[in-house]
Amino acid sequence: MRIRGLIALLGLGLGALAGGAGAVSPLPTGIPVSAPQRLSETGLYAPDGSIDPRNLPYAPQYPLWTDGAAKARWIRLPEGTAIDVSDADAWSFPIGTILWKEFAFGGRKVETRMIWRTEAGTWEFATYVWNQEQSDAILAPADGLPDLVEIAPGRRHSIPGVADCLACHGSSPSPVLGFSAIQLSDDRDPLAPHAEPLRPGMVTLRALVDFQRLDPPRREWADDPPRIRAGDPVARAALGYLSANCGHCHNDRGPLARLGLALRHDDSGAPDAPERAVATAVGARGRYLVPGAGRDGSWLVAPGDPAHSALLYRMESRHPSSQMPPLGTVLVDADAARLVRAWIATLSSGGHGTILSPSR
Amino acid sequence: MPQHSISARRGCAVAATLALTLLPAIAADPGGTASASGAQIARGAYLVKIMACNDCHTPWKVGPRGPEPDMTRALSGHPQDMTLPPAPALGNGPWVWAGAGSNTAYAGPWGVSFAANLTPDRETGLGAWTAETFLTALRSGRHEGQGRPILPPMPYLQYRQATDEDLRAIFAYLQSLPPIRNRVPQPIEPAAAH
Repeated sequence: MRIRGLIALLGLGLGALAGGAGAVSPLPTGIPVSAPQRLSETGLYAPDGSIDPRNLPYAPQYPLWTDGAAKARWIRLPEGTAIDVSDADAWSFPIGTILWKEFAFGGRKVETRMIWRTEAGTWEFATYVWNQEQSDAILAPADGLPDLVEIAPGRRHSIPGVADCLACHGSSPSPVLGFSAIQLSDDRDPLAPHAEPLRPGMVTLRALVDFQRLDPPRREWADDPPRIRAGDPVARAALGYLSANCGHCHNDRGPLARLGLALRHDDSGAPDAPERAVATAVGARGRYLVPGAGRDGSWLVAPGDPAHSALLYRMESRHPSSQMPPLGTVLVDADAARLVRAWIATLSSGGHGTILSPSR
Repeated sequence: MPQHSISARRGCAVAATLALTLLPAIAADPGGTASASGAQIARGAYLVKIMACNDCHTPWKVGPRGPEPDMTRALSGHPQDMTLPPAPALGNGPWVWAGAGSNTAYAGPWGVSFAANLTPDRETGLGAWTAETFLTALRSGRHEGQGRPILPPMPYLQYRQATDEDLRAIFAYLQSLPPIRNRVPQPIEPAAAH
């Protein structure tokens, strides 16, 4: 099975994972020292306008909701390097790693974001706004571009500024948010909202293991792919969604850890341990009170009672003082809200329902 | 957490630097005030005074000489025990906002906002904040530096232009105050918001 997988991957163009030579680097070192003015200068594209073969596409199994934007993502790992995954929950990427993420609305590319790790070990963030001709994208200003594109009647997409980038990328154990064991797991969740199909050539966790791009090798992640620890499919998908959409800020290791709400999946968790979201949100009190419910009637997640669950209330709000996530979206993710509502409804008032009994 | 610093490149780049160190330093000094000097705190006190922080973050009362800030509750924000009736409906203007007599609650198109507790109470104030959180909040205009927007009438657009040194001095001064336990209400959405 593993050999067949390897052959398939090689046939799909994942030879770049093995460190194969590629096209001309955008800069002599291959590592941008500062954000180029144009996306075409960042190394994403080959001279003929196609994606540089060193940049590998991937699709996290639980996508971040950005108001229905169609997304494409690529990663470049420097030749001969491996990701330090000794801390399963905080992958440390090699110097020179670059990631790009393209956002399109209504079939038109709007922006492409880029993050990369510099020679100094720091991470840099940039975003590029696509021109009218869709031929190239230009570096956006430091404060971003508010309300740039109308994506629904009266609702507009904003290009993020520096502070917006850091609000999420600076709050997670790793600044790279969508490239982790659970997100790349080959055991894909069929109920994940807005899941994108794996296309030929996309990097998965098995490919990283097989091509020895993880250190330590983590063979177990190929043999027994990571999975959200849940007792039923709805809980699995809901918890995966919350991990990907809320866990950047609400985790055990970031600046908001003191709030005690951890929605991020822990790849280091024991197989029989409840997801951190279950342990910290279900039946727990939060600071935010569901309007009209009062302090006694408001819970982060009220088992069996979506109407008294602040988490769901805030997911379904797009008023600035209430909405969650607080930035990066102006439209409610109705599919996800339905999923989370269904999950909460299944929880028994005893607290954790079936979630504490994970099965595979 | 990784502590970050922001560096806009060449004046126009959306570029930020995320340093990956200093975690132990933050853990050991959550308030970031261990090294605060008397001079820094004095500078912070001066800035808090001239930047009119008490105007909104200290409840006002009517004293023998008229309205004045109640300094027994200095910088502790909107009083948790103050019951307010529903905000007046002001229509579409030109009068668009209203303020409570305490000068700690404000109603407008954004809903109702309440002045925050800036004292170092760990549960209800800034006691668990780091200096970095404070700077990020003021720079980004977001609660906790990454949450909901800081609401009117907080003039963060002006304060975000202060130097790091001045913001750190303000934070050092606020952390030197006696903690006052006062849980300020969360903002109230406009009636038709949800």
